[in-house]
Amino acid sequence: MTRKPPRFISLTTKKGMPNLNLAIELKGIEKNYPGVVANHDVDISIEKGHIHAIIGENGAGKSTLMKILYGMVKPDAGTISIYGSPATIKSPQDSIALGIGMVHQHFMLADNATVLENIVLGSEPIKAKVVVDYAKARNQLQEIIDTYGLDINPDELVADLGVGGRQRVEIAKVLFRGAKILILDEPTAVLVPQEVDDLFDNLKVLTKNGLTILFISHKLDEVMAIADNITVMRHGTTVAEVKPVNTNKKQLAEYMIGGELPSPRPASTKPREEKVLVVTNASANDRTGREILHSVNLEIHAGEILGLAGVEGNGQSELIELIMGLVKPDSGSVNTVGLDTKNANLREIRDAGVGYIPQDRQRDGLLMAAPLWENRILGHQQTEPMASGLWINKGAAKEDSQRIIEEFDVRTPSNSVLANALSGGNQQKFIVGREMSGNPKMIIAAQPTRGVDVGAQAIIWDHLIEARLKGTGVLLVSADLDELFKLSDRIAVIFRGTIVDYLDPRTTTPEQLGLAMTGEKIA
Amino acid sequence: MKRANKLFWALIAPVAAILFSLVFVSIILLIKGAQPLSTFHLILSYGSEPENIVAELNQTIAYYLAGVAAAIGFRMLLFNIGIDGQYRLAIFMAAVVGGATNLPSFLEIPLIVLTGVVVGALWASIAGYLKVKRNISEVISNIMLNTIASGLIIYMLQPSRLGLKGVNSDNLATPMIPKSGWMPTIHVFGGELYSFAFVAIGVGILYWVVLNKSVFGFNLRATGMSFRAARASGVNAPRMIFITMALSGGIAGLTGMGELLSQTHTYSLAFPTGYALTGLALALLGRNNPIGVAFAAFFWAFLEQAAPILDLNGIPKEIVMMMQGSIILSTVASYEIVKRITRRQQQRLVGAVDAPRVETDQKGEK
Repeated sequence: MTRKPPRFISLTTKKGMPNLNLAIELKGIEKNYPGVVANHDVDISIEKGHIHAIIGENGAGKSTLMKILYGMVKPDAGTISIYGSPATIKSPQDSIALGIGMVHQHFMLADNATVLENIVLGSEPIKAKVVVDYAKARNQLQEIIDTYGLDINPDELVADLGVGGRQRVEIAKVLFRGAKILILDEPTAVLVPQEVDDLFDNLKVLTKNGLTILFISHKLDEVMAIADNITVMRHGTTVAEVKPVNTNKKQLAEYMIGGELPSPRPASTKPREEKVLVVTNASANDRTGREILHSVNLEIHAGEILGLAGVEGNGQSELIELIMGLVKPDSGSVNTVGLDTKNANLREIRDAGVGYIPQDRQRDGLLMAAPLWENRILGHQQTEPMASGLWINKGAAKEDSQRIIEEFDVRTPSNSVLANALSGGNQQKFIVGREMSGNPKMIIAAQPTRGVDVGAQAIIWDHLIEARLKGTGVLLVSADLDELFKLSDRIAVIFRGTIVDYLDPRTTTPEQLGLAMTGEKIA
Repeated sequence: MKRANKLFWALIAPVAAILFSLVFVSIILLIKGAQPLSTFHLILSYGSEPENIVAELNQTIAYYLAGVAAAIGFRMLLFNIGIDGQYRLAIFMAAVVGGATNLPSFLEIPLIVLTGVVVGALWASIAGYLKVKRNISEVISNIMLNTIASGLIIYMLQPSRLGLKGVNSDNLATPMIPKSGWMPTIHVFGGELYSFAFVAIGVGILYWVVLNKSVFGFNLRATGMSFRAARASGVNAPRMIFITMALSGGIAGLTGMGELLSQTHTYSLAFPTGYALTGLALALLGRNNPIGVAFAAFFWAFLEQAAPILDLNGIPKEIVMMMQGSIILSTVASYEIVKRITRRQQQRLVGAVDAPRVETDQKGEK
C-alpha cells in the first residue's frame, strides 16, 4: 500500500520568520514505538494568549503528543521551545516547572476532601517547616478564583460537586501550581452542553489574562466555536494549521480523514444467496431492563462484507454479543451460521464456523502471558486440529502458529514468544490469522485495524478481502470511515440500538455517512 | 542451550531467595551472639539423620498435597486459604466412614480416600459457588468456612454423636478404623514411610499432565490468565472457576490422609492446623510446578524437623520460622525481578526482528 506524503498547509505562520510571541513551538517531533506510528514530523506553533485546538481522529497521535509535552514520553527527535527558549522535558515535574499544566480527561480528585485540600495536595505551602499553611493557601486560591472568575467554593466537599465543578477544581489545581500554559485533554467529553458553555466562558477569561490553552478534541463544532487556531493531525503528523474564520467543518473533516477517498475497493463479485447471519426484529435489554437493542434487522450473505457504522456506544458491542450467543434476544430471533442462538452457546457458534476479532484484543483476544502457540489454540481448543479428543495438540498448534507468523508477517523471533512481548500491530495480525484459519463461514471483525501501523493495516485488509472472495461473510464494525468505505459492500448504520439506514459505499459521501451516524435521515 | 537458559532463570529465583534468607538469618544470629555457620551446620546434620529423614518425608507428603491444592487455585488466581478447613473436615469424615465400615482392603482404603476427596471438594465448592454466583471473595468465605469447619468437627466429635473419648486421655477421637483400612508403611532408613507417598506422587503427575496437556487444563489456565479472553474463546469461565475451587478442595482433602491411614487410624483434635498457609507458601516457592512444590515441601519439613535441636544448643528454634518467613518474602520479590528480566529479554528479541523493518516501511512510505 502506498500513501502520499502528508500535506502541510500553514495559513498562519510563514516559514523562516521567528515569532517571539510563541508560548510553545514544536519542530520535527518524532516518536516511534515498534510497529506503531506514534508521531513524526510534528510542527506546531502556539501563540501566547491563544486557545489552540489540536484535532484528529482516534489514533492520530494527539495523546502521544500531549504525553511528550507533559514529560511522560520522551521524543526520539525534534525540538521543543517554551516561550522562545529550548526546553527538555523529562518528567511532569519539569513540565510543571516550565509552567505547563495538564487537565486530564479523568479527574484525579479525592472525594472526601474539600476543594481547598484537593488543590493544595502535593504542593502545600508550609510554615514552621512542618505545618501546612492553610491561610496562605486559601489566600492564593482566592486570588486565582477572583482573577479568573472560577466559580468554586474552597470549603465545599468535592463529593458534592458536579462534573463541571470538578473540572473547575482541576483547572484551579494546575493554576495553583503556577501553570501559564494549560493542556486540556478532551475537556468536553464528560460535560453536558450547559457546562460546555460555562467552561468556554472560563477559558476565555483565562486567555484574556495572558494564559495559553491547548485544547485537544475531535468535536469540530466546539473547536470552531472556541479556538483561535486549529492544528489538524492525521496518522501521527500535523497536516494542517488553520484559523476558524478561514475554514469550515467540511474542510476540517477532510483534513482529518485525509481528503481523497480510498481506491482499492474489493473486486465486485456478486454476494451469494446463502446467508450466514439473519437477525430478525431482535431486541435485547441490559441487566437493569433498559433496552439496548431495539428491533434490529440485519442480514449478511456469504461472500459479502457488511460494514457497521456508528458512533461508539450505540449498541455495537451488544449486537456482537447477541450474534455470538453471549446475550439472548428478549424478542425476535438471531440465526448465526445456521444456529438459532437461543439454543446455542458461544462455544457451539464458534465451532460452527465463526471467527471473532474482538475490539479489545489484549483483554478479549489474547492470553498475554502465554506463548503465541498457546494463543493459536485459544478459541479452537475443542476442535481438530488444535485438539484431539481430550488432549490439546501442541505440535499442530506450533506448526499452525508458524504458518500464521509467515502468512500474516507477524514479526516475532519464534512462536514461543509471549504475546505481551509483541507490538499491538503484530498481536492483531496474529489474532486475525488465527480467526481466519479453517475458513470460517463468518467473521466478526470489531475495529480490526484500530491503533495498528499502516503496514499491518494493509495486511489485515488484504486478508479480509481475500476471505470475502472465498465466500466468508464479514461483519466489519468500525469507527474508521476510511476503512468502511474501502472494504464494505454495504454499510449498515446503527444508532441508539437500532439499524437506521443501509448505504451503498459507491454512491455515499463520508459527510452523508457522518450525518446518518448522528441519526439524521439522508434525503 | 535454550532449554538450559530457561532452566537457569527458573532456578535462579528460589536459589537467590534462599541465599538472601540465609544472609538475613545470619545477621539475626550474629546479633543474638550465635555463630551462623555452626547453626546452619547443626540444622543440616540433625535434619539429615536417617530417622529424621523418614519423619521429614512423611511430613513432606502432607505439605506437598497442600501445596498442590494451593497451586491449582493459583493457576486460576484463586487464593484457597480454605485448605485448612477442607482438609480437616475431609479427614474427619474419612475417619468416620472408615470407622463405621469394615470392607476388604481393596474397597475400604479407596472408600476412605474417596470420602476425603469428595468432602474436601464439596466444602470448597461452597466458596466456589459464592464466588461465581454472588461475587464474594474466596478469601473471605474460606476463612469463615475454616471456622465453621472447626465448629462442626468439635460438635460432631462429642461422644454422644460421632466421636469417642480416648482410652487414656481426655482427647476426643473418631472410632478406630479397622485393620482392613490401614495402609502399609515402607521400612526405610530405620523408619516407617507412609505408602501414601505414591498417591502423592500420582497426584503430582496427574496435576501436571491434566493442566499442561489436556483441553480441560488449557481452559483452566486460559481462564486464570484472562477471564475475558477465555469467555470470548467459548470457555464457560464461571464454571471453570467453580470446578477449580472444588478440585483444589478435593486435593486438600488428601492432605493428612497418609497420617490417618498409616499411623493414627483415627481422627482427633491432635491433627495439625495451619496447612492452608503452608500450602500457599509452598505453591509460591515451587512456582506452582509439581516438582518445584515437592522440593519446597521437603525443604519445609526438613527445617521444621531440625528446629528442636536449636533449643538444645541455646539458640531459639524460632530462627527457623524467621528463615521460612524471609524465604517467602524474598521469593515473591525475586520471581518478580526474574519475570521482568526475562520479559525484557524477549522484548529485545522481538525488537530485533521488528524494528529494522519498520524503518524500511516508513522509508518506503515517503
